Amino acid sequence: MGVEPATWFWLFLTFAALVMISGLYCFLVTFNLLRMLIGLEIIIKGVTLLIIAAGFLSGQLALAQAIVITVIVIEVVIMVVAAGLIINFHDLFDSLNVKNTRSLKG
Amino acid sequence: MITMAILLVAMALAALWTVTANLYLRATIALALTSVILTVIMFRLGAPTAAVFELSVCAGLISVIFISVISLTHRLTLQEFLSRRQNRFARFRYLPPLLIAAALAMYFARQPLGVSLPWRETVTDARSVMWDLRRFDLFGQVMVLLAGVFGVVTLFRGAKNRDGR
Repeated sequence: MGVEPATWFWLFLTFAALVMISGLYCFLVTFNLLRMLIGLEIIIKGVTLLIIAAGFLSGQLALAQAIVITVIVIEVVIMVVAAGLIINFHDLFDSLNVKNTRSLKG
Repeated sequence: MITMAILLVAMALAALWTVTANLYLRATIALALTSVILTVIMFRLGAPTAAVFELSVCAGLISVIFISVISLTHRLTLQEFLSRRQNRFARFRYLPPLLIAAALAMYFARQPLGVSLPWRETVTDARSVMWDLRRFDLFGQVMVLLAGVFGVVTLFRGAKNRDGR
């Protein structure tokens, strides 16, 4: 595309890092389970962007696509199981705030 | 280059909107928007198979999962809504400076990194990589999917039993 690979790499790496920092920050400052899950999802988006960019720049786009498909499959399983856990948590504590888990057994 | 830069900025802004959105429904919509922008980026980079997966699964299925969870949890009271709106700016006040600092650090680390990547045009079919090269990984993926299904069935059955339904 007429631009040096290093410049492309720097561009993708910068924006993937910014997206991942946003997700990580959201994950760290909140006590709400649903918002934590959203933060995790944003981190995975950054990782996906980085994998595709690495595949594009190294010429191994087919391999990168196969890895991204694997990431998406695992992401969906994580989200579905986490959604079930969140609904159970809400049924038990009538809240999504993890501060309310002080009454856990064990 | 300019189009890609605009798309990357849009994706970062959509991610920022997702994490700072006041209501979960808005956060879910912003998350779907982030996925759509990532899909466009993938299409432009020449990865249509992964892009279709991203659009259908991440922008579609995961949004449906989030909306289902939101609909199954209780509605916010007015007091909760107002306190959350007040707390939002306090909670996320360090995020914009952190992002600016990270962007500046990446800019200044550009030269010391000295990245020299190979620029090869080895175009291979994603399907052949998936079915030939990573055949064993597919087995693992299927196992993960089955584990997920088993987990969901167990979790939702537990919730049903507690309700006495």
